[in-house]
Amino acid sequence: MSQPVLEMRGISKRFPGVIALNNVDLAVSNGEVVALAGENGAGKSTLMNILGGIYQPDEGQVFVNGNAVEFRGVADATARGIGFVHQELNVLDNLTVAENVFLGREPLKAGFLIDRKKLNSATKTYIAKLGLEVEPDTPLGELSIAQQQMVEIAKALSLNARILIMDEPTSSLTLTETGQLLSVIADLRTEGVSIIYISHRLGEIRQIADRVVVLRDGKNAGTLERSEIDHDRIVKLMVGRDIEEFYVHGEGGVTSSFAEIRGLRTRRYPSAPISFDVRKGEILGIAGLVGAGRSEAAQAIFGVDASEEAKVSLDGHQINIRSARDAIRNGIYLVPEDRRIAGLIVDLPIRENITLPALSRYSSAGLVSKNRESKRAAEMCERLKVKAPSTETKAANLSGGNQQKVVLAKWLSLDPKLLIFDEPTRGIDVGAKSEIYQLMRDLAASGVAIMMISSDMEEILRESDRIAVMHEGSITGILDRAEASEEAVMRLAVGH
Amino acid sequence: MRKELGTFVLLVVLCIALAILNPSFLASANLQNLARLIGIYGIFSIGLGLVIITGGIDLSVGSVFALLGVLLSIFLVDWHLPAAIAVIAVVAISTSLGLINGFLITKVRIQPFIVTLCGLLFYRGLARFIANDETKGFGAAQGFETLQSMATGSLFGVPTPFIILVVISLVMWVVIHRSVYGRYLFAVGRNEVAARYSGINADLITASAYVLCGLLAAIAGVLLAFYTNSISPSSHGNFYELYGIAAAVLGGCSLRGGEGSIVGILIGTALLQVLQNLVNLLGMPSSLNFAVMGAVILIGVIADQLLRQRKAANATV
Repeated sequence: MSQPVLEMRGISKRFPGVIALNNVDLAVSNGEVVALAGENGAGKSTLMNILGGIYQPDEGQVFVNGNAVEFRGVADATARGIGFVHQELNVLDNLTVAENVFLGREPLKAGFLIDRKKLNSATKTYIAKLGLEVEPDTPLGELSIAQQQMVEIAKALSLNARILIMDEPTSSLTLTETGQLLSVIADLRTEGVSIIYISHRLGEIRQIADRVVVLRDGKNAGTLERSEIDHDRIVKLMVGRDIEEFYVHGEGGVTSSFAEIRGLRTRRYPSAPISFDVRKGEILGIAGLVGAGRSEAAQAIFGVDASEEAKVSLDGHQINIRSARDAIRNGIYLVPEDRRIAGLIVDLPIRENITLPALSRYSSAGLVSKNRESKRAAEMCERLKVKAPSTETKAANLSGGNQQKVVLAKWLSLDPKLLIFDEPTRGIDVGAKSEIYQLMRDLAASGVAIMMISSDMEEILRESDRIAVMHEGSITGILDRAEASEEAVMRLAVGH
Repeated sequence: MRKELGTFVLLVVLCIALAILNPSFLASANLQNLARLIGIYGIFSIGLGLVIITGGIDLSVGSVFALLGVLLSIFLVDWHLPAAIAVIAVVAISTSLGLINGFLITKVRIQPFIVTLCGLLFYRGLARFIANDETKGFGAAQGFETLQSMATGSLFGVPTPFIILVVISLVMWVVIHRSVYGRYLFAVGRNEVAARYSGINADLITASAYVLCGLLAAIAGVLLAFYTNSISPSSHGNFYELYGIAAAVLGGCSLRGGEGSIVGILIGTALLQVLQNLVNLLGMPSSLNFAVMGAVILIGVIADQLLRQRKAANATV
């Protein structure tokens, strides 16, 4: 290997109560695409934030082109040719493409006026290089997410980035857009730009990476060269054991129809009514690409995004859902995708979060009994093994897994009939993940009908009894366990 | 709790200092008048506090006072309506105005600041138009002396507005800090989305805060009208919404919503009134009134911010 353009040696970083990184090494050569893999919380983001100048390491050194460097802020990292394309785009959609690219360093004329001509022509060269076919003066808000991402890359390139960090760049892209992005990455590589690519999508890693560096629990877990990259090896390094251990297979053998959804039309796809059944005691996986309308369907069934004329029946009884209140009254609950915004009121204690949907159960004459609440909350926390100092702990201070358990505790303290999970294990560590799967299984076994929306192919294939696949608002197919495979799901997900 | 405590300490220190600097602070006439004003201001400040807990704001309260005062004078003096009917009418009107605010904010989805800013302008103009821009009053209050005594009288030496405030505070304390409704109010103020996902009718809760604010404004408005006994439609109630907002903020309500307490609002109200009293008793020019108040609120907020930062810094070490 030639002299590495970037070397991070013995990097350690501690946060209160956690060692985020422990003596981690990472080297990248000129024009190399290094994929950085690892479970959530493995330390990928911390490591990249150190490289991007956002955090400073407690120990260890960073070398760029063989010179030791110290980044005290983002500007230092930028000056050394490091560009960072964040997962959540850092663009201003009220400005134009060109204004975004040159934000903070606009070419000037007469000392204080923006030189628009120069601004637009300079931008044009960068976006043309990336194959982005838009005018520099287009308002960014009119671009798709994928195009906005290209603008971020253009911005990094205009800053002469030689090392480009891309954090989950494809998480909200369609298949075609992903393909385009990957070919842009291949082009950049031939120009000698080095890329650190963070992704959970092992297929993309296989396709693009020269090398995979895997982190686990804040340490180097191993490196795979191009020829060694395969799915099982990566997963094994990521989790440190064989994956079979902690996925619990469903027993199957489920029977009668329990929840029937007929003619559900969401606001996003009003012309695509969907109908399906969820059987008692089964986990119905809902697969599809981002934007397929899965969350919208869940929100419509739960009544938070009132759908038009959906017919929902539970156990043969037609029910009318106009608001979340109606759904909750009938035992239909949603564990939403964004638990910190929709699932919990994070500034409130665990106790208040758990009792919120059914406060009347813990009150008499309109007055809440804190004793009754505390008792119930403590019971639920014990049952779900929530790790927290007490039920008065603010939900904000819990880990992702424990937060998710509190959301579940909220619903399990009532009587679930149909429980909808939207991305139930996103951002949750491996241990809590397997507990949540186990819980889902137990619930199903006790007769609850479960819908599980997931973008995690592993999860969908292993946890579902049946898989409904959605594409642009419609259900393109429902697969039984025997028919389910990654290929079959993907075929339906892209609409074939 | 810590936040209220800071304001409370400030209030006590201020009272002691004032008593030392000018002993007539403790004269019963002064204390009585102070209690009367705290009573009137406290009632509508609680209403504003509720709105602020939902993450909203109500700028229209002062103008509503002018409108209610003018109408009350017309009902009683010009139309000779029975006192009870006049009061019920005024309360109904103010509560309806709150309902309109609530509707525009939750259903038409206009920002509370805008809705109530328009209210501030509209009701002031309406009051002036109805009154022909002439000062209205109650004369000798013939036929509604009892009603007048609610504002100007005392019970066992305690001014009636203060007693009314105590009763309202007790009721509102239970409602806000112990009832299901109160829990919902804080939940919606903190995170409306999560509250909706827990089956709470967030719009209804938010709108109800404006209705309650209207109701409390009506009670305070009637007392204020009789306290001043003359209603100049262009100035009556000017800036009163700001006193209420200031009291709520001093008492620990966050303008981001989801935070606040009845006790805090009461302490905040008392602090503002003692400050006014201070300006008078220390012989400062009364033109300095607002400047003193603004400075004290700013110092209080800065102190709170510094304490908070220090606490956060300690927590991460």
